[in-house]
Amino acid sequence: MSASLEPTKEQIKEQKLYAGMGMSDEEFAMVENILGRLPNWTETGLFSVMWSEHCSYKNSKPVLRKFPTKGPQVLQGPGEGAGIVDIGDEQAVVFKMESHNHPSAIEPYQGAATGVGGIIRDVFSMGARPIAMLNSLRFGELQSKRGKYLFEEVVAGIAGYGNCIGIPTVGGEIQFDPCYEGNPLVNAMCVGLIDHKDIQRGIAAGVGNTVMYVGAKTGRDGIHGATFASEELSEASEEKRPAVQVGDPFMEKLLLEACLEVVKSDALVGIQDMGAAGLTSSSAEMASKAGSGVEMNLDLVPQRETGMTAYEMMLSESQERMLLVVKKGREDEIKAIFDKYGLDAVAIGRVTDDKMLRLVHKGEVVAEVPADALAEDAPVYNKPSKEPAYFAEFQAIENSEPEVADYKETLLNLLQAPTVASKEWVYDQYDYQVRTNTIVAPGSDAAVLRVRGTNKGLAMTTDCNSRYIFLDPEMGGKIAVAEAARNIVASGGRPLAITDCLNFGNPEKPEIFWQIEKSADGISAACTALNAPVIGGNVSLYNERSGEAVYPTPTIGMVGLVEDLAHVTTQQVKAAGDIVYLVGETATEFGGSELQKLIFGKIFGKAPHIDLEVEANRQEAILAAIREGLLQSAHDVSEGGVAVALAEKTFGAQDLGVHVTLEGSAVTALFSETQSRFIVTVKEEKAAAFERLIPEAKKIGIVTDDALISINGDTGILLEGTVEEFRSAWKGAIPCLVKSEA
Amino acid sequence: MKFAVLVFPGSNCDIDMYHAIKDELGEEVEYVWHDATDLSEFDGVLIPGGFSYGDYLRCGAMANQSNVMAEVKKFAQAGKPVLGVCNGFQILTEAGLLPGALLRNKNLKFMCRTVGLKVTNNDTLFTNQYEAGEVINIPIAHGEGNYFCDDKTLAELKANNQIVFTYSGENPNGSLEDIAGIINERGNVLGMMPHPERAVDALLGSNDGLKVFKSIVKMWRESHVS
Repeated sequence: MSASLEPTKEQIKEQKLYAGMGMSDEEFAMVENILGRLPNWTETGLFSVMWSEHCSYKNSKPVLRKFPTKGPQVLQGPGEGAGIVDIGDEQAVVFKMESHNHPSAIEPYQGAATGVGGIIRDVFSMGARPIAMLNSLRFGELQSKRGKYLFEEVVAGIAGYGNCIGIPTVGGEIQFDPCYEGNPLVNAMCVGLIDHKDIQRGIAAGVGNTVMYVGAKTGRDGIHGATFASEELSEASEEKRPAVQVGDPFMEKLLLEACLEVVKSDALVGIQDMGAAGLTSSSAEMASKAGSGVEMNLDLVPQRETGMTAYEMMLSESQERMLLVVKKGREDEIKAIFDKYGLDAVAIGRVTDDKMLRLVHKGEVVAEVPADALAEDAPVYNKPSKEPAYFAEFQAIENSEPEVADYKETLLNLLQAPTVASKEWVYDQYDYQVRTNTIVAPGSDAAVLRVRGTNKGLAMTTDCNSRYIFLDPEMGGKIAVAEAARNIVASGGRPLAITDCLNFGNPEKPEIFWQIEKSADGISAACTALNAPVIGGNVSLYNERSGEAVYPTPTIGMVGLVEDLAHVTTQQVKAAGDIVYLVGETATEFGGSELQKLIFGKIFGKAPHIDLEVEANRQEAILAAIREGLLQSAHDVSEGGVAVALAEKTFGAQDLGVHVTLEGSAVTALFSETQSRFIVTVKEEKAAAFERLIPEAKKIGIVTDDALISINGDTGILLEGTVEEFRSAWKGAIPCLVKSEA
Repeated sequence: MKFAVLVFPGSNCDIDMYHAIKDELGEEVEYVWHDATDLSEFDGVLIPGGFSYGDYLRCGAMANQSNVMAEVKKFAQAGKPVLGVCNGFQILTEAGLLPGALLRNKNLKFMCRTVGLKVTNNDTLFTNQYEAGEVINIPIAHGEGNYFCDDKTLAELKANNQIVFTYSGENPNGSLEDIAGIINERGNVLGMMPHPERAVDALLGSNDGLKVFKSIVKMWRESHVS
């Protein structure tokens, strides 16, 4: 609508038009109080989007405050585009993970693609060169046409954006469960590298300095995307398709290269991505952080459509744009860099001293609001929390062993469960090698990249078993962090820090808020125990479709430092004759396990228990063994238990097999998902040294050259088969599901 | 020997090509931006992979319109070595420096994996360090690597021994006759979909690609020493 057709201030209030923007009566009253007058249409839009959960974290802030965010390694914690961690030699790693769930549910290709584009901008807005992408995805079980379509298109969208911009997609994880059928989760993580001296901040400092708009032109796409992200999905959500942005990875590649040139210039004062809430959030947040104000003339904003109103320009989430603050008089230097890449770089405003965000359009002031009010003064809600009835019921169920008739058939079925099955069909579509630093490609515990010019590496992973978290959010939260750290350690790295993406249902339901609180408690405890603080992340609430929430899914993205590339370790067995060890005791724990899901078609009972002190000590021990050169391979035991972990260890190697003997009850020994366990292989001549270092390690067998997997129990053979038959089941499952007719 | 690595807006394997030459081969190398109008200081031109101009039009079609490609054509006419990898190969076919075209992969998806590659002609400026028929491991990463040409062109390619690399084992993308790389009739322009610059360091899985660059340097040295 044109500006002249916009509702009047009085209409907005009387007809409660703010409610259509997701704003409550109380919030509107707060705005009226802050301004001392009624807000106009544009101003109402500014507040509604900045006070949305997506931008303000108004519902999750009390929980987020619990996270440990400090450590000697942390150079930048939560609050900027991305967190920063020191890795020595005046270098640092920059990373963050973010969700793009709702857009991906409606328009999967563009939703996923722009999720990738947004998180990349967060990283290079800090001045860092993005070096790797990871993702964490959740879908239904690939039984429906819609489910397959969402899966295929999300993967294609991630591939389309990442491959084109030339940042390798090196890892991630995917789980499948019916609870994600209508509301898939798409979390993308970007990792960047920076020299300390190049670290940038998103601040609009220095009164009189110039505000510059760079990158793609503004269109009418993505208006109110952040508001849309803060609502439940329903059939009517299809109508929100225009709130999904369209990505242009080529444009972003140009913007990336130009911005990385600009950050070397001392003419630059501040830089921030125009992500969610676009021009509004970037300008208000940069002013608020600097304690200054910003005045912008919207006539000067590069536009790709005619007749755009102030409201539309401020709320557009058009992609591939950045806001810069530049020293007055040096605009031409900045402009010359963007000219080289054929990009717009336009002075649209200036930094003021009155702490106001003031917008001028067609010669009139169309909005004038305190920047702090938008960026900092959103209400914070302490939502009521209530333990759901299911929790007590599940806790009352004693751990027991499911009955399994045929161990081999069960292992084959577990290997074909989509959550366990090979994800090669997915990562084959991702360029995971470009920039030639990828030492460990997708398919091992964590990806490892070298830091060019040094002998160091970075290990990275994403993890979250949401079944455990549903059963017991606190225990499951601990496990999510611990498993991520286990993957880093098994790859030869020491955990540095985490980013998280908290995907939950509607926080206005007390049972959902309880899940959020409890899992945050678990995450915090594990981060403290494993010395991996939270340096940033994102919250995605309202992940519900027609009233059904997804499992609580606080995805953990972790980066670790490999101090010497000689420490890089993969999960696959290496040579016949090597000894196979299991490190860690096994208990009967099947709550939320793959076996339970396979047999009963649902999950129930207690999540596996985790003792964080045991976990931390065991990780230290494994890392010490790696650093002393004692391990040939290392793999954590996770979904599907020891049997699945052993099988996975043979899938990468040519013509090797494993022969092992497991003690205790067979079903538990094979399939229990007890935490804090590793399977490692050791050269025979190093066995004595290894056993001295980790006395609790139990020798369970050897690596063989017969390409057979043979597992014995107390009473004789439990299962045996060729590596090939297990591998083909594991490898073929996802391609088969995708191709099958729904 | 001094190499130029061309950089178009949207090139993204330029850095890999640069480091392969500088760090692994130890030769001189410089990035050359797409608007350059002079390549006279260079002895070899490398056109890297990526998505030049986003490849929103036919792959390589926009890049072929750039200033530097006019210079590359002169450079090739002078008999100097030109290597195009992946998007570089696509650009060379668009420029008419190599025959045929690269279509979308048979499965219509981007694919990234390491493939077996047979050196079907080791008597070239780019492959003289390999054994005839040798099978090497080189990564591919492309959505449009399905080589196609008409029957007449195929007959010529065969008659002139212009097919330099073929996929060994599985043909990943549906290429005609498993073709992975071809050379021009004169023998100084090679286009290939697999990425030799990604296979120059055993730490990353394979160094089988290094001999492509070593072959170029060897021929250049021989012709410049004598």
